[in-house]
Amino acid sequence: MKPSFRKKLTLFTSTLKLSACTFGGGFVIIPLMRKRFVDQLHWIDDREMLDLVAIAQSSPGAIAVNASIIVGYHVAGVIGALISALGTVLPPLIIISVISLFYRAFRDSLFVGLIMKGMLAGVAAVICDVVLEMAIGIIKQKRMLPVMIMIGTFIANCFFKVNIAVIILCGGAVGAADMLFKNKKGKTGKQN
Amino acid sequence: MIYLELFLSFLQIGLFSIGGGYAAMPLIREQVVDLHGWLTMTQFGDIMTISEMTPGPIAINSATFVGTQVAGLPGAIVATLGCVMPSLVIVLALAFIYYRFKGLSIIRGILSGLRPAVVAMIASAGVSLILMAFWGEQSLPADLGAPDPIAMILFGAGLIVLKKQKINPICVMAGCGFLGLILYSVI
Repeated sequence: MKPSFRKKLTLFTSTLKLSACTFGGGFVIIPLMRKRFVDQLHWIDDREMLDLVAIAQSSPGAIAVNASIIVGYHVAGVIGALISALGTVLPPLIIISVISLFYRAFRDSLFVGLIMKGMLAGVAAVICDVVLEMAIGIIKQKRMLPVMIMIGTFIANCFFKVNIAVIILCGGAVGAADMLFKNKKGKTGKQN
Repeated sequence: MIYLELFLSFLQIGLFSIGGGYAAMPLIREQVVDLHGWLTMTQFGDIMTISEMTPGPIAINSATFVGTQVAGLPGAIVATLGCVMPSLVIVLALAFIYYRFKGLSIIRGILSGLRPAVVAMIASAGVSLILMAFWGEQSLPADLGAPDPIAMILFGAGLIVLKKQKINPICVMAGCGFLGLILYSVI
């Protein structure tokens, strides 16, 4: 079925709005996207959300842009990807173009500084909320390996600043090995 | 040809910055300050600060800023286009592979190993944000005794509202910004 014009328009306005609200680094778009595309529009599910973050994270470029491109592709193919990329890029393009005219005044503004200080705490709360929900989802699978990967990655990334490419490769390799091992066991199990 | 130079410079930044904004910073500096001299080091510091105060990825913000400074609005558009181009090509290819082959057991295995790793990486980003909000530092401060009380209240209130009300996260962020402005100016 061809995605309707209406759906494409929703895709554009959604990515535009989300991008305009992505303060405090690329990861902030994850809880915002989850609310919009998983909870409200039901275009993707929670697992796909994590998968697309993994793809966005392991590709070059900004996480917010990459994640939008995948959602757009999923909703309306290549055209959808272009629409959502445009929607994500426009807000910073417009905002910075305008601010560059008076950027020193903006940078030194006490008013903006105080709003940002409060907002940072809000952003931290939003990220923590989504992490808690996602971590509970992983723990509820009742399997040791995912929980161990989660804890191991957290320690590696947070305390030892291990390169993200290394983490992605390790996580993928462990997952693949686990699946191969399970398949083998499943096959021999059937033969017996 | 300034437009072509801008495009190619930001194409490289887009292509080689893997893992988010902070990974992109040194690349942007190299291209924009060291190689082309489009910005002074002070201006570079300014745009990094402004990036943290405005929405959007650091690389896109820098592309727009540098483009505007060097060649006006067309420059901004060209630089941003260069910055996004590698993402568009590579991510589209990966998205195609993902939706085509995600049923294969080996891909399912890889993804099931990546999901917990992704949660952990978002958690790690969350920790840096908390440190930033409470102590104003990226890494763990030496003195844990003096967190910002207003930030802690806003953080706690935000978390509770998100859990209990299922409210849109954008409202929580905006609300904290507004309350921050009031509380910080009063106290």
